[in-house]
Amino acid sequence: MSRTQRARSQSLGLLAVATTLAVGVALGMIFFYAPLEAEQGFLQKIFYLHVPLAIVALCGFVVGGVFAIQHLRTRESRWDLRSYVAIHMSLIFGVGTLITGSIWAKGSWGHWWVWSEPTLVSFLIVFLLYATYQPLRFAIEDPERQARYASVFAITAGAFVPMNFIAVRLSTAYLHPRVLGGTSNLPPQMALTFMVSLIAIALLFVTLCRLELSAKRTRGRLRALRRRLAEDDPAIPVRRIRSAAPAGHEVHA
Amino acid sequence: MSAVVEDATPIEGATPTESATPTGAERRSGPTVRRPSFAATVGALLHKELRVELRTLESAPGMSLFAVTVFVLFHFGLNKNSVSGDEAAGILWVTLLLAAVLGINRLFVADAEEGGFDGFLLAPVDRGALFVAKALALLIYLLALELVAVPAFALLLLQPSLGPALPQLPAVLLLGDLGVAVIGTLVAALAARTRARDLLGALLALPLLVPVVIGGARASAPLLAMHSSGAPARWLATLGLYDLVFGLIAYAVFDFLLED
Repeated sequence: MSRTQRARSQSLGLLAVATTLAVGVALGMIFFYAPLEAEQGFLQKIFYLHVPLAIVALCGFVVGGVFAIQHLRTRESRWDLRSYVAIHMSLIFGVGTLITGSIWAKGSWGHWWVWSEPTLVSFLIVFLLYATYQPLRFAIEDPERQARYASVFAITAGAFVPMNFIAVRLSTAYLHPRVLGGTSNLPPQMALTFMVSLIAIALLFVTLCRLELSAKRTRGRLRALRRRLAEDDPAIPVRRIRSAAPAGHEVHA
Repeated sequence: MSAVVEDATPIEGATPTESATPTGAERRSGPTVRRPSFAATVGALLHKELRVELRTLESAPGMSLFAVTVFVLFHFGLNKNSVSGDEAAGILWVTLLLAAVLGINRLFVADAEEGGFDGFLLAPVDRGALFVAKALALLIYLLALELVAVPAFALLLLQPSLGPALPQLPAVLLLGDLGVAVIGTLVAALAARTRARDLLGALLALPLLVPVVIGGARASAPLLAMHSSGAPARWLATLGLYDLVFGLIAYAVFDFLLED
């Protein structure tokens, strides 16, 4: 294990501890500290989970686009891997956002889906777009081209996120009371809880990304070692490890 | 499919100076050859594109026929003899968009299959020219589609007459077409050299074009209403902003799709 690898796994451990603490504190504050909202009561508490999930997922998509720009500029496969992991994790957080949003809509407006909530509708469109990221990636055989095409997609889609929000927001008449209108009008206790939840979810995102990255790096190294073994002894077949990792990361020994 | 194979070969042979493949003269003269200007390159590529289309008649007529068929489907699907306002705008834009996807899926097929990409990359020209030429070609196909589809829509489904909408509707359609052309070209290039290209083209293009549908439908709904009024300026502005932002982004990232 090299020094950078050891430092990496150490910082990942610290990050995991910090995330656990933050998520614990956030959950505690959501249930015991934040006051009940007058209109929606207990149901409103899903706001502390739904909105941070959405914000973190959207930021993850945009960050994936920024990493993709880095990849196209430097041509280093690690940037592509980071872009891939950021978008992959944002998709998972996006599923969480859609599910929590749906539950909230059912509870407060009586329908599992409402078209009058522009943020939720925009989110669905962005989610549908990013859902094609992996099909696009894995429909390209050549690892170098796969990384390049995925980066082009990530940049375009990253720019699409704000554009789409503008268009959908303009198109929606505000029929429902808006709780998502920003934190400025929240009572201080609610605002504090919201900020802590946001930090907790963001930490969770970073930790999970780091974990996935380190898993992919390890798998790449293992593959490289297998190849080297196979070169020494042609009797050992090179077994391809099943993985969803971007092929660009494969270390060709 | 077979039409491409049959027709594309004689075209490449017949117009070597206009197509993307370098001519014998260029190859012989080596590095001293003068780089053609951007506009000349775009012109040559667009000329080649339109000539292929005129000989094969693959994109624009197919798209138009598809649009008319979809209007018939809408008639039966909605069980309505006539529509107006929001409904009319929605049917028109969704139909145009679905027809556009057909054109988008075909846009780079010949280049991917017949070595057009390789030929273009060998030519000493700016790569952005291919993007501009393809986007212009797609724009022309879309305009041709609308020349058929909009009158057909007025004839088959639209309740108010098209007359009052006429001064503004072409402007709204053109703004929408520009957005479809730039995003369509980028998506077509992304999907062209993948497995499952037809599927990916549609899957990538449709979510990206949602703002165009929103802007286009909202801008044309008042035009197609029973008592026609002007297109709201903010939707024209949204469409214009979309065209500008994605035109620049697509032009900037297109080069990276053409490296091998």
